Amino acid sequence: MQFSVLILVLLGVMAVAFHVGRRRSFATVGGPTGVRKLHSLPAYYGFYTALWAGLPALLIAGVWVFFDGTVITAMVVEAMPAEMRDLPPAQLGLLVNDITNLANGNIVSGEVTPAMQSAADHLNELRALGGTALAVVALSIALGAGSLAWRAIGPKMRARNRVEWIVSGLLIACSLIAILTTIGIVLSVLFESFRFFQKIPFTDFLFGLEWSPQVALREDQVGASGAFGAVPLFAGTLLISFIALLVAVPIGLMSAIYLADYAGPRLRSYAKPVLEVLAGVPTVVYGFFAALTLAPAIRQAGEFMGLSVSSESALAAGLVMGIMIIPFVSSLSDDVINAVPQSLRDAAYALGATRSETIRQVVLPAALPGIMGGILLAASRAIGETMIVVMAAGLSANLTANPLDSVTTVTVQIVTLLVGDQEFDSAKTLAAFALGLVLFVVTLGLNIVALHIVRKYREQYE
Amino acid sequence: MNTAENVATEAVNGTKVRSEQGSKPLDSDFETVGEVRVPNARMTATDVNVYYGDKHAIIDVNLDIGKNQVIAMIGPSGCGKSTFLRCLNRMNDTIDICRVTGEIKLDDQDIYDRKLDVVPLRAQVGMVFQKPNPFPKSIYDNIAYGPRIHGLVASRAELDEIVENSLAKAGLWDEVKDRLDQPGTGLSGGQQQRLCIARTIAVEPEVILMDEPCSALDPIATAKIEELIDELRENYTIAIVTHSMQQAARVSQRTAYFHLGNLVEVGETTQIFTNPRHKLTEDYITGRFG
Amino acid sequence: MAEQQNTRTIDKVNASLKRRYATERRFKTLGLGAVVLGLLFVSMLFVDILSKGYSAFVQTHIQLEVYFDPEILDPEGTRDMEAIARADFRQLVREPLRQIFPEVTSRRDKRALYKILSTGAPFQLIEMVRANPDLIGTRMTIDLIADDDIDMLVKGHIDRNAPADQRRVNDTVIGWIDRLDEQGLVATKFNTGFFINGDSREPELAGIGGAVAGSFYTLLVTLALSFPIGVAAAIYLEEFAPKNRWTDLIEVNINNLAAVPSIVFGLLGLAMFINLFGLPRSAPLVGGLVLTLMTLPTIIIASRAALKSVPPSIREAALGVGASRMQTVFHHVVPLAMPGMLTGTIIGMAQALGETAPLLMIGMVAFIVDIPGGPMDPSSVLPVQVYLWADSPERAFVERTSAAIIVLLSFLIAMNTFAVIMRRRFERRW
Repeated sequence: MQFSVLILVLLGVMAVAFHVGRRRSFATVGGPTGVRKLHSLPAYYGFYTALWAGLPALLIAGVWVFFDGTVITAMVVEAMPAEMRDLPPAQLGLLVNDITNLANGNIVSGEVTPAMQSAADHLNELRALGGTALAVVALSIALGAGSLAWRAIGPKMRARNRVEWIVSGLLIACSLIAILTTIGIVLSVLFESFRFFQKIPFTDFLFGLEWSPQVALREDQVGASGAFGAVPLFAGTLLISFIALLVAVPIGLMSAIYLADYAGPRLRSYAKPVLEVLAGVPTVVYGFFAALTLAPAIRQAGEFMGLSVSSESALAAGLVMGIMIIPFVSSLSDDVINAVPQSLRDAAYALGATRSETIRQVVLPAALPGIMGGILLAASRAIGETMIVVMAAGLSANLTANPLDSVTTVTVQIVTLLVGDQEFDSAKTLAAFALGLVLFVVTLGLNIVALHIVRKYREQYE
Repeated sequence: MNTAENVATEAVNGTKVRSEQGSKPLDSDFETVGEVRVPNARMTATDVNVYYGDKHAIIDVNLDIGKNQVIAMIGPSGCGKSTFLRCLNRMNDTIDICRVTGEIKLDDQDIYDRKLDVVPLRAQVGMVFQKPNPFPKSIYDNIAYGPRIHGLVASRAELDEIVENSLAKAGLWDEVKDRLDQPGTGLSGGQQQRLCIARTIAVEPEVILMDEPCSALDPIATAKIEELIDELRENYTIAIVTHSMQQAARVSQRTAYFHLGNLVEVGETTQIFTNPRHKLTEDYITGRFG
Repeated sequence: MAEQQNTRTIDKVNASLKRRYATERRFKTLGLGAVVLGLLFVSMLFVDILSKGYSAFVQTHIQLEVYFDPEILDPEGTRDMEAIARADFRQLVREPLRQIFPEVTSRRDKRALYKILSTGAPFQLIEMVRANPDLIGTRMTIDLIADDDIDMLVKGHIDRNAPADQRRVNDTVIGWIDRLDEQGLVATKFNTGFFINGDSREPELAGIGGAVAGSFYTLLVTLALSFPIGVAAAIYLEEFAPKNRWTDLIEVNINNLAAVPSIVFGLLGLAMFINLFGLPRSAPLVGGLVLTLMTLPTIIIASRAALKSVPPSIREAALGVGASRMQTVFHHVVPLAMPGMLTGTIIGMAQALGETAPLLMIGMVAFIVDIPGGPMDPSSVLPVQVYLWADSPERAFVERTSAAIIVLLSFLIAMNTFAVIMRRRFERRW
């Protein structure tokens, strides 16, 4: 049975259960006239029955679907002839892929052997069997749990409390997804990174000065071993982020100040939303702008001044990233500056301070922690930004501080290492996860510190 | 230009605007009882009207602030006394929707003149606020801020002297002289308020405005501030807004009673409290409302 | 004595005023400069993309009179579509070209001549015949899609005066096109193909249809999961959760997740959904799952703010008539907070629509020609399509990329405008 059909059937079962449950609650008190004898409103008895009929079955179905692919594949591999089973993992993966395609009726990359055909047939059989088994299991659970709940219905049953209990359980489960996501992130990057560090020593990765992740296909190839020293990537990331902050912080901060304290209401009401448009533009658009418009322009300007500028200069990527971050900085600054109490401004004005004196000498120092927090958040965003650098920064890992040179970043390397076909246990692929781990830890650290500072700052003036 | 005309028309129709707001109608041609003018006036307010958006907050107020004198402004909450006070050094400029019409003169200079600069005005007319608002800086820097921005001092020694004198005049020197580099926000409420007063007098203003300076303080701190106000009178002209009639009686020479945006009565403090001439004043000071 | 001091003060104040106001003006100019610079960046970005992309909404066609020759298409007269589809339709489009340019005889020149039409032109004819087999044996004037180089030439993106070796179209071809143009056979028509076609290696045939469908299915999955989960989590955290370490942890966690780089979510999707659970690569389902995890924090934070803005008096009123906490929340608080929650959700969806990096990780970056028919089919999404095309060297792809960006931005602007209108419309001041 198709999975989507099963879900629909289960929803239908729930609807029926609601009806029966409600009817039974009437029946136990002798018809609609006796409703007052019920502990809860009749609908709650319906909900109660429906929840019991639906939830456990849906839960089972969900878990089943998540794992049946893996389980069925394992069973197919188990049933294959020995010479196929004993292939190295990478080739086995390709074979399984082919078999899956064959089973789905898609085009297969190589020649179809009888063994593959039989494996594909086996796969289809197992799938059909699994589908039927799931349907039987899910439906019997639904009917069993539903009828148990139905039998328990009586005037004394506290149906509302029980329904509410189940609903609050569901609410808690939903709010735990945030935690699960974090755990999932940590586990997935940590696990693969661990495998990476078994191949490449941790210190070589963190302090090595050379990065060339090409692992050779032949023994005698140049750079056969591959070098995984990530320092050039860190340096490149920092260089581009620094340029971005150099653009975004002054412009964002000053425009926030101007719009808050100087601009008339007309300018404010137009300029603010227009600047916020910058925050809503997808990063891939900035990447396109950087790669096709700004980078050539910078290159030409450089040639004009007699400088040699790489066509994938850090400057282009950094500038565009800076533009992207401007609204981020300015809206954070705006919040922070507005949190400075009016009484402090009044104090300065009453002494005869001018506007800029009040802002520079009273408001900004008071808002400094909040602004610092905002800048840290912006930095974390710049470090983690991907598309702009993927499209506008280079791939070669140069260790340089010259913004006109091409540098590469952590995120660029993650993307290049993982996009396209990959074997899942080569050092090259695993390196991406190690980089991901570094990225996650660094940005998480920055965020925690920044959010803490900002929160402390807010509390100070509340 | 257009706005100016609007202001003018609205000022004329002031009472009408107010009655639309639904507040209790008073006599539309309200006459202030008592002597609004004094011979040695430092500040002179003539036909002052204040609007917050559509709300008519101050209606045709005429009042003199006498030199080296303390004038107290009393009245029930929302009567406009603080608003009027804030007009005297144009602190209302910081509120976008606030409009002021009429004329307020400081030594024959109209402070609402379009050409007048508020920065030197506020150096001459200082203000102390309801809640102590020290800058989140050291005690020294709090006092030194005004002299520094106005360029009043040439050397560090001069600045030290101003800081010491101001703190001494505010009666705070002995309490803080050993911790001038500590943040002003770490002081107690009463000390903070005296710090704010010291900060104000460090600029050597001619007039000091005080907006309920003791409302956030305990009785002992209040007593100290009141003592201080009495001493400051020798050198400064002071206008104080207060909720407490006792305080007005204790510190002021003249008292002005405000009611719903009107100046009802003004006169010698002793006269106001012993022999009020207007019914509203009498009701207020005898505690019938407020 | 005080009098003396005071005059001294005011003199000193006045003395320094000029300098202080100069500083004031400098500061103000600096601020204005920052705002102007920001606005300049916005306009630069939009002008650049609009000027590059607007021309992709029309496509150059060449009008030729095509004879659906039964000799070529269906020599046996069986009308069997299978056989007809295998016939050499290229002959049909080449014949009229040969007639217009009889002087072109050498093999090389002929090949160049045929190349002014897109390789997709014969497929246009196949589709026509498939729809109406009676066309066979008739003559008809048809707008055939021109090759991308010709398209660029007609739209003026190729500089005719550039040295011959620096442009992709040589003088002979330019002469042909000019002759066709004089005969009124070159037409630019609205580019429907751009909106309904899937991806292609040929710029003139490439369209965003597949990517839009992919984005649609991805967002559908995202919306179906993130809205109920996000709202439920917000309701629990705001209305029921006790204030303790656990809920503090959840709260800090949500705030942090909102700031985790999106690419990290891609790594999660790759390691968990694809490698561990064995879900298919490139599928909108997986994309939707990843984007759900990414947009959840946004939706939760916005929904909590919406719930918080409902005044406690409403809750007290409901509790006061004997409603349970659950009833209070679901009957009164949630309906009042719903506009705010929906606004937050739309903004989250807009974010998800523009997101690229995590989708690269889970393989939605493959070259996919077919338009996906459901959330399990391999597909791309709009921003990834932009990324793919931006990498292609052909000039015609620059135009298409910009046009795809224009479409993407239009969707985003529409969503955000809708959110703003909703907020204005339903905003309640308590």
